[in-house]
Amino acid sequence: MKYIDEYRDGALARKLAGAIAAEIQPGRRYNIMEFCGGHTHAIARFGIEDLLPPEVRLIHGPGCPVCVLPVGRIDDAMAIAARPGVILCTYADLMRVPASNRRSLQSAKADGADIRMVYSVEDALTVAAENPAAQVVFFAIGFETTTPPTALALVRAKAEGLANFSVFCNHVLTPSAMEAILAQPQDGPDPVHVDAFVGPAHVSMVIGTRPYETFARDHHRPVVIAGFEPLDVMQAVLMLVRQINDGRHQVENEYSRAVVPEGNRKAQALMEQVLERRDSFEWRGLGALPDSALKIRDSFADFDAERRFEVPARSVPDPKSCECAAILRGQRRPEECKLFGTACTPESPIGSCMVSSEGACAAHWTFGRFRERRRA
Amino acid sequence: MSTGSRQGRVEMTHGGGGRAMARLVEELFVAAFDNDLLRRRDDQAQFAAPTGRMVMSTDSFVISPLFFPGGDIGSLAVHGTVNDVAMAGARPLYLSAAFILEEGFPLADLGRIVDSMAAASKEAGVPVVTGDTKVVERGKGDGVFITTAGVGMVPDGVEIGGDRARPGDAVLISGTIGDHGMTILSLRESLGFETGLRSDSAALHGLVADMVASVPGLRCLRDPTRGGLAATMNEIAGLSGVGMMLDEAAIPVRAEVRAACELLGLDPLHVANEGKLVAICPPENADRLLAAMRAHPLGAQAAIIGRVTDDPHHFVQMETAFGGRRIVDWLNGEQLPRIC
Ligand code: SF4
Repeated sequence: MKYIDEYRDGALARKLAGAIAAEIQPGRRYNIMEFCGGHTHAIARFGIEDLLPPEVRLIHGPGCPVCVLPVGRIDDAMAIAARPGVILCTYADLMRVPASNRRSLQSAKADGADIRMVYSVEDALTVAAENPAAQVVFFAIGFETTTPPTALALVRAKAEGLANFSVFCNHVLTPSAMEAILAQPQDGPDPVHVDAFVGPAHVSMVIGTRPYETFARDHHRPVVIAGFEPLDVMQAVLMLVRQINDGRHQVENEYSRAVVPEGNRKAQALMEQVLERRDSFEWRGLGALPDSALKIRDSFADFDAERRFEVPARSVPDPKSCECAAILRGQRRPEECKLFGTACTPESPIGSCMVSSEGACAAHWTFGRFRERRRA
Repeated sequence: MSTGSRQGRVEMTHGGGGRAMARLVEELFVAAFDNDLLRRRDDQAQFAAPTGRMVMSTDSFVISPLFFPGGDIGSLAVHGTVNDVAMAGARPLYLSAAFILEEGFPLADLGRIVDSMAAASKEAGVPVVTGDTKVVERGKGDGVFITTAGVGMVPDGVEIGGDRARPGDAVLISGTIGDHGMTILSLRESLGFETGLRSDSAALHGLVADMVASVPGLRCLRDPTRGGLAATMNEIAGLSGVGMMLDEAAIPVRAEVRAACELLGLDPLHVANEGKLVAICPPENADRLLAAMRAHPLGAQAAIIGRVTDDPHHFVQMETAFGGRRIVDWLNGEQLPRIC
């Protein structure tokens, strides 16, 4: 455990906090978006905001796979699960995401649909092998981190002729979401002002640092790729504050213990072999974004649940009064939602951001909700 | 004792009320738990009631796996109920035990469980004085389920309850947290490495007696079982109408437990304990209580881990070892496997 403790050391944290405070230029604001839900979770769990000066504002980004999936895609999964003979394999978090009409995969399961919780796509392959008479569908979600395992499972299914296995593919791409964040109005009634990004840890292990160059070069936004430990986040904030002060905008790598510039070439090739970009994909909050998600290539069409089963494929608006969309865009904070902590809690979530522990609302409810009560 | 009842498997006739059942009860249960009250073979145990306040508690045990490092379902069923009784500051007197056995369960395993239960009860000095056995068809149970109940007496002058915490009070824990739950989970999740974890399952009434003797003004006692320390702190905060401020750095957690938690994405604060207690006392008694706890073998690693605060929202908060602050919430709806 030495490895972990090293990145959670309180004395080092205080030292870094001092260094950040010393860099702050009076009157200047530092609006830093942590893209990833993993960072959002760490910030809340370790109380990192308490160690930062008030000039530094952390904005939660859209990098939570469960959160960005729109209601329509959950409805599609519900439709697949409702087919006779289908076993839908899904991550536990997805079970609780509200679908249309106050339903969810959890309620569908209670009503008799065969929905099973798995920890990975390999578990789903096992379910398929053990249930040859059933159609086993894996509900695949996630950014680039979880995509290679899905691709590998498809290669294996094809090689083994696992005819009763298919994937409902919802893999999305990090750079497209960052692009969308920056394409929003910087002024007007609901401005989203992001000065810099804390870049993802695990995603970058796969894609490397190069895809972020455009944000530095073309959008003039510093990016620091950081690990998920709290000291990683503090270090990244320090590096970003220095870049902002210096007027620099570069891609820097705080997480060099795991991330190399070109990423994991083998994983990239695997994804390329099995998956290709969709023309457009709907994100919760960010809307339909071109080239922002992956679909299964024609050569693997037999294993594509969207082709094997008919799905409604409808765009469904978010629940009324739920601010998830604005939160995922960086426009609002969880506590600004009227439903936060009243109608919407992790036990009975209304929006997706209250479901996953990486979701901004769930993280804030679970770890940080004392803050505004104190302010009130 | 004949070995006949320790070979073969549980059959439906073992619960049928006939000779097979009588023999099982005689050779296995009565022989192992042996005491005067049980030997009378009545449908109930009769004993003289001392005057004063009595407490009663019951608990069911459905743990899987049945055997684990540091104990088994039998010892756990004794410790769990002894502790529930003891958390009133009471001296546990008698236990009952009811078994639901699944058809086909190996009698050798049942024998091990009953022996371990008997050993735990003897060591605790709390006899099992009445019991029951039922058998369910194969597939309708999971080997063995055990329900125990216990009665005990509260010494005069001791007033302990979850609603008695007051702002300023000290919060103490008797030792490391998360040992039991992580032991069980690591057996299930095949962590892929030797964890060396052991359940902390133990009867705490001896420790409680020492604590009550040293600080009669003790306000709250709870054993943080399911839901872990986090659930216990939230329960007390709610019942007493107060807040809590914990100090993460002061909470003892074994390195192996922390490592296993990290791997499974769990918080040690949510993980079950079966041999630990949380105590709350007036601040001026905290050092005396801590010394009394540390003097007992089951409290050797006791620590003061926080204080009770005045908080209309009844938040349980924690200063993180990292230097920030956060809420310590109940576990949110996650489905954890059967751990007790
Ligand atoms: S609190 Fe609930 S309803 Fe409000 S934005 Fe968050 S998830 Fe949506």
